[in-house]
Amino acid sequence: MEKKVILKTSHVGKYFYDPIKFKALDDISFEVYQGEFLTLAGKSGSGKSTLLYILSTMDTDYEGELFIEGKKITGQSKDKLAAIRGENIGFVFQFHYLLPEFSCLKNIMIPAMKLGKKSTEEIEALAYQRLEMLDLKEQALKPASKLSGGQQQRIAIARALINSPKIIMCDEPTGNLDTKNTQIVFDLFKQIAREFGQTIIAVTHDLDFAKASDRTIELADGKIISYGL
Amino acid sequence: MKSVNIEIALTHILTRKRQTIVASFGVTIGIAIYICLNTLIIGTNRYSDNAIFKTTPHVRVYKEDEISKPLSHDSLPDKRQYVIVNPKISNISKNLINPVKLLNDIKRQPEVTAAAPMVIANIFYNNGKSQLTGISWGINVVEANNMFDIESTMVGGDFKTLLSTPNGIILGVGIADKLNIKLNDNVSIISSVGVIKLMKVIGFFKSSNITTDKSKSYMNLAAAQQLLAQGPNYVTDIYVNIKDPEKAPVYAGFLATLTGYTTEDWKAANELFVAGKKIRGILFMVVSWAILLVAAFGIYNILNMTISQKLNDIAILKATGFLGKDVVNIFVFEAMVMGIIGTILGCLLAALIVDLLSHIYIGADIGNFPIQFEPSVSFTGMGVGLLVTFFAGYIPARKAAKVDPVAIFRK
Ligand SMILES: Nc1ncnc2c1ncn2[C@@H]1O[C@H](COP(=O)(O)OP(=O)(O)OP(=O)(O)O)[C@@H](O)[C@H]1O
Ligand SMILES: [Mg+2]
Repeated sequence: MEKKVILKTSHVGKYFYDPIKFKALDDISFEVYQGEFLTLAGKSGSGKSTLLYILSTMDTDYEGELFIEGKKITGQSKDKLAAIRGENIGFVFQFHYLLPEFSCLKNIMIPAMKLGKKSTEEIEALAYQRLEMLDLKEQALKPASKLSGGQQQRIAIARALINSPKIIMCDEPTGNLDTKNTQIVFDLFKQIAREFGQTIIAVTHDLDFAKASDRTIELADGKIISYGL
Repeated sequence: MKSVNIEIALTHILTRKRQTIVASFGVTIGIAIYICLNTLIIGTNRYSDNAIFKTTPHVRVYKEDEISKPLSHDSLPDKRQYVIVNPKISNISKNLINPVKLLNDIKRQPEVTAAAPMVIANIFYNNGKSQLTGISWGINVVEANNMFDIESTMVGGDFKTLLSTPNGIILGVGIADKLNIKLNDNVSIISSVGVIKLMKVIGFFKSSNITTDKSKSYMNLAAAQQLLAQGPNYVTDIYVNIKDPEKAPVYAGFLATLTGYTTEDWKAANELFVAGKKIRGILFMVVSWAILLVAAFGIYNILNMTISQKLNDIAILKATGFLGKDVVNIFVFEAMVMGIIGTILGCLLAALIVDLLSHIYIGADIGNFPIQFEPSVSFTGMGVGLLVTFFAGYIPARKAAKVDPVAIFRK
């Protein structure tokens, strides 16, 4: 089967200027294939999160170029980027970020409601389905702020999945989870990649997690030291 | 606006009921005071304008005194050669020529609502040995009453009797007091040209001005003409009322060209009053806007606080596909909800206060507080309230739209 490139970076570099000028990413060029479960590994401070924010289209302050599905993303307007994100990219952040006043169910539904492609009833049914997959159905109507860290992390994963995005990006998705839950999330990611052809790019410290993925790109001091091929 | 945005905004509002109520309450007070002050100013102005229009026409047409012109000619070699060295007011009569035609010409103008011929005469009131100087208005009974509603100022006797009593006179109460005159007494009047006439007192009036009450009287046009030893064609003034008294200064100019005589509008005749009214208006406006701005600042403040506490939420929304515009919509919507609740309650509160004030008795002359519910002021109040809250929401919301999600997530 021929591999289709879904995301590509070309000579991406990133500087931080505060407190001193510092090159956090240097000449990053790689390709990600559709349906791939890719992990980004490396020591703390090696630039994994920084790279992921650029891939996510949220950080626009970098050099080099980013392509998603062959389309150049670099240089697009903020509003265009937000629309691209809403439709194509799901996120799970390093720290669980939910909207505290809303129920878990609403938290999951909001990105889909914003996208506006389905009716509220359909979105709700879909959200319940995702909650069930993550073993969280009983928490649906609780406010997000009343959940444990691990539960919040899984709600965030369910939210990332709601629009069936082509790419799911995660920053330490299992960082807050115990072994059992890590396994659940891990199996879920594999299943998504296999069955729905969704691409997963996950940042991780966890070597077992990295080993079990399709491919691992390793970073050190802002440079790629291994493409894992 | 998208329903998700509304849902998010409403959730924010409902989870912060207390702040929402406080902000709305600020608007309620602001709008209520704005409406009350503006209603009050309209009521007071209406009352005082009416008081003025009880004695002053919108425009007065009369013949100005002329100073005798020195008979010097530019053609003379020495321009200092005056024939008259001490010019005085010329002895030409103050009569308006052909007043009937003039009156008809004026009445034919579409803007004119009423026009009345007048003979204003300076006179002495005599009762026994006591004498009082004053001024008498020779009037066309019906037309003058239309214009000034003299009948409503009557405190004794019947105004209509003047129609059937050629030598009747209606005195200000001050004159009657001073000269000790009772109803149906006779009073002898001496005019400035020395004519003496015995007149029958058929009533008394009381205006809002003591000086007027001590000097003014009304009589028939013909009686005044006789007092001045003039014929029935003698008219000194034509008083004109028009549809919109505010336009009087402009219309006075038009009437001057139309008639060829001097005109004076009520604003020029009451400069002090007009200036006072202007100052009052500015003062009230400044105060009502200041209070409104304070209320708006309450909304601004609360929204600003909400936004800085919700930077995380804003970052999440932006990461999941919400545009800067959506974020602005959400927070402006929140401000508008507070503004609308506050404005509606403010209108109700204002209606209540206006109603209370309108039942407060002030004094004999004014009666109740001169205030009544003005729908137009409430509409402006609502409009202004919503406009102000829109900006109070828009300014902080624009800042929220600029939040950079990456900067938030990195923290
Ligand atoms: N806002 C910032 N300003 C300046 N330097 C920054 C900023 N954010 C990150 N850095 C620096 O950039 C480098 C890469 O940071 P990054 O967060 O990408 O590391 P990471 O690989 O995700 O680490 P971890 O595994 O601990 O999450 C670090 O040296 C960090 O100090
Ligand atoms: Mg990181």
